[in-house]
Amino acid sequence: MSAFLEIDDIHVAYGKMEAVRGVSLSLQAGQIVTVIGPNGAGKTTLLEATIGLLPSRGRIVFDGIDLRRLEIEDRVARGLCLVPERRELFGELSVIDNLLLGAYARRRDREGVRQDLATVFERFARLAERRNQLAATLSGGERQMLALGRALMARPRLLLLDEPSLGLAPLVVREIFRIIASLRSSGVSILLVEQNALAALETADYAYVLETGEIAHSGAAAALMHDPKVVATYLGGQA
Amino acid sequence: MNLEIALLLAQDGIANGAIYVLVALGTVLIFTVTRVIFVPFGDIAAYAALTLASFQLERTPGTIWLVMTLAGLALAMEVYTLLRRGEAHRLPMALLHYAVLPLIPIAAVWIVGGQRLPMAAEIALALALVMPIAPLLYRIAFRPLADAPVLVLLIVALAVHFAISGLALLFFGPEGFRTEPLTRAMFTIGTIVITGQSLLIVGASIVFGLLLFLFFGRTMAGKALRATAINRTGARLVGIRPAAAGELAFLLASVLAGTSGILIGPVATLYYDSGFILGLKAFVGAIIGGLVSYPVAALGAVFVGLLESYASFWNSSLKEVVVFASLIPVLLWRSLTFAHLEDEDEAEDAA
Repeated sequence: MSAFLEIDDIHVAYGKMEAVRGVSLSLQAGQIVTVIGPNGAGKTTLLEATIGLLPSRGRIVFDGIDLRRLEIEDRVARGLCLVPERRELFGELSVIDNLLLGAYARRRDREGVRQDLATVFERFARLAERRNQLAATLSGGERQMLALGRALMARPRLLLLDEPSLGLAPLVVREIFRIIASLRSSGVSILLVEQNALAALETADYAYVLETGEIAHSGAAAALMHDPKVVATYLGGQA
Repeated sequence: MNLEIALLLAQDGIANGAIYVLVALGTVLIFTVTRVIFVPFGDIAAYAALTLASFQLERTPGTIWLVMTLAGLALAMEVYTLLRRGEAHRLPMALLHYAVLPLIPIAAVWIVGGQRLPMAAEIALALALVMPIAPLLYRIAFRPLADAPVLVLLIVALAVHFAISGLALLFFGPEGFRTEPLTRAMFTIGTIVITGQSLLIVGASIVFGLLLFLFFGRTMAGKALRATAINRTGARLVGIRPAAAGELAFLLASVLAGTSGILIGPVATLYYDSGFILGLKAFVGAIIGGLVSYPVAALGAVFVGLLESYASFWNSSLKEVVVFASLIPVLLWRSLTFAHLEDEDEAEDAA
């Protein structure tokens, strides 16, 4: 069975500095795959190359389509969606406008967009309460929810999540991971990049450990959770 | 100065200011969406007025040559880009966009062939002829540089200004033109005479301001433009093409520029290079709004109009000096009270 997302030997460089060197990974439809690793390992770079924000060498095949020739907007239209670490919200627009713009690529499907908006508000009650507030006035957790909600409005088939727990209070982190797990059951595949290794491994099916731009380990998430090296380096000895 | 003169000057200033409002709104629109300080904006207003004047003198306006040349260049660039990317299936759309649409008003001008039409039709034709210029310039000169720094874009904009105002000299000659008045109506309130023309100008700028407000607040395309202006990366991630947003911004701004040209044509004698100073004064208004705020830019433009009007009463040879010197306190005030725009990333993180 061919993978839903197949990244094959990709290299991404900032000038002469290669931040990602020969990384290969694959993800089956319906899976959550996580990439963990320390700061500066190239995790964000890997996601940005996958969506097309950064140019890369190598092959990225999504659902049988070679992405190399496609621009970001065409990748989005095919169901690939990135929730970036910096959220990249539209601060001076209201919550509801941010969400509606999330569905920009399928704006002609008015009925579908309306339904999805209701679903997002159901999933994130806080956003529903603040629907007319400007995005810039939201708290960190609410912004992450808005970023996730905006991505869901695109009806993604593969969601690329970059550090969804970054800078959030532990309770909010749990909430976010609960939502991530529930997304899988609604048929969305997820490539999750996280520094919070424990939460990521608990949620994911399969995991890769990225160190200085290369894959150091990989395996079923449950197995990696008990791998002594991973435990010592990323889980602080707790398993 | 007595009250009567003061009111007369105010009327004049507001009418001029209303013209600057249209140009200032367009300048802000283009800058926020594409980061281009579009110096040739005023030139496009001048082209609209001079094109209308040509119709009224039963001449064929040189504008058609400009549009044809630009359309040809833009089409060639687009075809090259599409073929290189292996997207031949998009060729028909490009052909429609860059060849067929701009050629429609040109064909209309040919069919008319120097005969007089009703005034409304002439105005519509002049506007339609001028409208493709800015979007075509965007495709040729700015889209390939989309990621360049603001300074590079500004230098290119200056070069484009010199090129198209030079071509205006070629097309329209060095003499000035004044178009026929749009209305000769006069209204008297007390001792003040208000001309229909100035009411028309103010009315037009209010209507366009409202239309823009509705467009940005109510339509998906308007929100997509604002989203692009607020956060380009975010906009790309939801599937908004910056190139399409830029083209739309330039097209809308073209309508504003063309309209301001048509409105100013009957009240001022315009030369091939009159657009620059018009654009520059509107730019002062736009700067008051920090090049990002539409309402403040509009108020700033009215302020510039009033300042110019009163300054010309006291010392007409210094009126330009007064207007441009007013930039200094404005810039001081802005630099003391507002966060620096170049630190956009930090501001975003802090927010």
